[in-house]
Amino acid sequence: MVETATPLTNVSLARRAWAIRRKALLMGQVQGQGYVGQALGVADVLAVSYFHALNMRADDPEWEGRDRFLLSIGHYAIALYAALIEAGVLPEEEIDTYGMDDSRMPMSGMASYTPGMEMTGGSLGHGLGIAVGMALGLKAKKTNQFVYNLMSDGELGEGSTWEAAMSAAHHKLDNLICIVDFNDQQADGKSTDTLTAEPLVDKWQAFGWHVQRVDGNDLEALVKAFDAARNLSEPRPRVIIANTLMCKGVPFLETREITHFVRVEADEWDKAIDILDQGAPA
Amino acid sequence: MTANARARKYEPRVAPKEKVATSAMIASLAAEGYDTVSAPFGHALNAVAAKDPRIVGLSADLAKYTDLHIFAQENPDRFYQMGMAEQLLFSAAAGMAHEGFVPFATTYAVFASRRAYDFICMAIAEENLPVKMVCGLPGLTTGYGPSHQATEDLAIFRGLPNLTIIDPADATDVAQMVPAMVDHNGPVYARLLRGKVPEVLTRYQPDYQFELGKAQIIREGVDVLVVSSGIMTMRALDAAELLAKDNIDVAVLHCPTIKPLDTDTIIAEASKGRLLVTAENHTVIGGLGEAVASTLLRAGVTPTFRQIGLPDQFLEAGALPTLHDMYGLSTTKVAEQIRSWL
Ligand SMILES: Cc1ncc(C[n+]2csc(CCOP(=O)(O)OP(=O)(O)O)c2C)c(N)n1
Ligand SMILES: [Mg+2]
Repeated sequence: MVETATPLTNVSLARRAWAIRRKALLMGQVQGQGYVGQALGVADVLAVSYFHALNMRADDPEWEGRDRFLLSIGHYAIALYAALIEAGVLPEEEIDTYGMDDSRMPMSGMASYTPGMEMTGGSLGHGLGIAVGMALGLKAKKTNQFVYNLMSDGELGEGSTWEAAMSAAHHKLDNLICIVDFNDQQADGKSTDTLTAEPLVDKWQAFGWHVQRVDGNDLEALVKAFDAARNLSEPRPRVIIANTLMCKGVPFLETREITHFVRVEADEWDKAIDILDQGAPA
Repeated sequence: MTANARARKYEPRVAPKEKVATSAMIASLAAEGYDTVSAPFGHALNAVAAKDPRIVGLSADLAKYTDLHIFAQENPDRFYQMGMAEQLLFSAAAGMAHEGFVPFATTYAVFASRRAYDFICMAIAEENLPVKMVCGLPGLTTGYGPSHQATEDLAIFRGLPNLTIIDPADATDVAQMVPAMVDHNGPVYARLLRGKVPEVLTRYQPDYQFELGKAQIIREGVDVLVVSSGIMTMRALDAAELLAKDNIDVAVLHCPTIKPLDTDTIIAEASKGRLLVTAENHTVIGGLGEAVASTLLRAGVTPTFRQIGLPDQFLEAGALPTLHDMYGLSTTKVAEQIRSWL
């Protein structure tokens, strides 16, 4: 049985997810651009990861006993920075430096720049392989820490993803939890039109993984899925496929023609933040 | 901006007073005053494809970002979306070449050179197949960081037998290299300039024509010879204008074909007693500069030799103008370096 790592706090996960969305929008506003569509979509997954599942110490991001969290999708860095700020790993004041020259928060996530960023991303399809190595390493060190790898549906196209998937099952990596942000979007268009990954549940199962597919914008469903993944006794790696909606939480962006790089006009940032604030959860 | 932001991961930062946005994937580098052409690669490919049914286009989830969507729109039946799978992209292009097609395969230069190298080497180059690889974000043309900055693609590919390599300077080069790539019956790797691409060469040489395998003098000068490729030819020409004001007379030899190198022209021009400066949008290791140096040394021609190029480092992320200044690729830095060597 895995002890729950939920930190003692009264702040609801809904409030955490809201705060992550808000911070991501503030950063987007600083640059006038950024992968905010992805950040809004994945905010619930990050809220559950950082404020329910992960065992970590905000004041010591390299604490040896922490669960590892790999952001395989470097372009989602804006979302992870928002979560790391909300978690207290990075200071709130640095929001204004996002993407600026000499910032610790470059537009693409890199381990060498940012406390709490466990790997250098940007080139997609790397995370799961690194996760396999970390999971093997943690097992060799006889710890019961988890490795989380957050990846995208676009990364399902890379062969390296499936090499790692096969390896994880072969090595019975029950300390590895992979989350696929399935937003049905990649650079040239919808993922299902670009290179379909379906039937995705069957694929991961055939590769020997324990599979759950949930609404990735439903906090309760995510909590259940993370708990199930953590507490499962089967000697298999676990994957949670999270179906998410890009731009979730800002209706006028949700209904805009969605592309990989969602355009937000200069006067729309304040509007988007106002809309979020109106629905701020307790 | 201080170099090496990486070393200061635990040092808090404050926002700069002046906002400079990171230049992500949009790489318009032209100095003011240049006319631009939109998507010259896509339009040139459409023109040759209209006459040559062997031509097909393939991309690895980056058609929109490599101007191949222009081809896809006009030739939907001849466009293949391969998904984000660069190894497959080049293997499948090889397969189509086996079946008699002339595939144009596009992705970013980093993913072709790093992710897919073995596939390009064995499936394409060893069999000498006519696959045309056209790859975006060459050298330092994005502020997004090392994952997207193809600073060593030429070094990687120069070692590959059979491969022809092109580093175009402007819209004319990009448009005219396309039919030349088709006419050349073998594999070609070309660095791509996409989006709004400046017209540079015809401004200095109204009758300029791209010729595969040929270096061409774009500007005459008696004090300095700059041998350059890609966007650095634009920088060299702009720097030459600046230096002319100080009565420094700079010649520019544009060398868009990196392999095979036009050694005859380079040796002839380097033998005229001028300071020789190479300028490349690439690490100083293994690119145009070292290719020129070894050519000259083998020929026994030894002018004073200086290199402008990117340092042997993983570069910073940030705004492109900042980075071009920081690493010596901006017009003013090119001029400064040349002045300091005289
Ligand atoms: C290996 C690699 N190939 C191509 C790219 C260029 N690229 C950046 S994001 C992206 C789309 C990937 O799909 P996904 O992460 O699902 O996109 P999103 O949901 O953010 O639109 C591509 C092709 C890359 N970063 N890495
Ligand atoms: Mg996606």
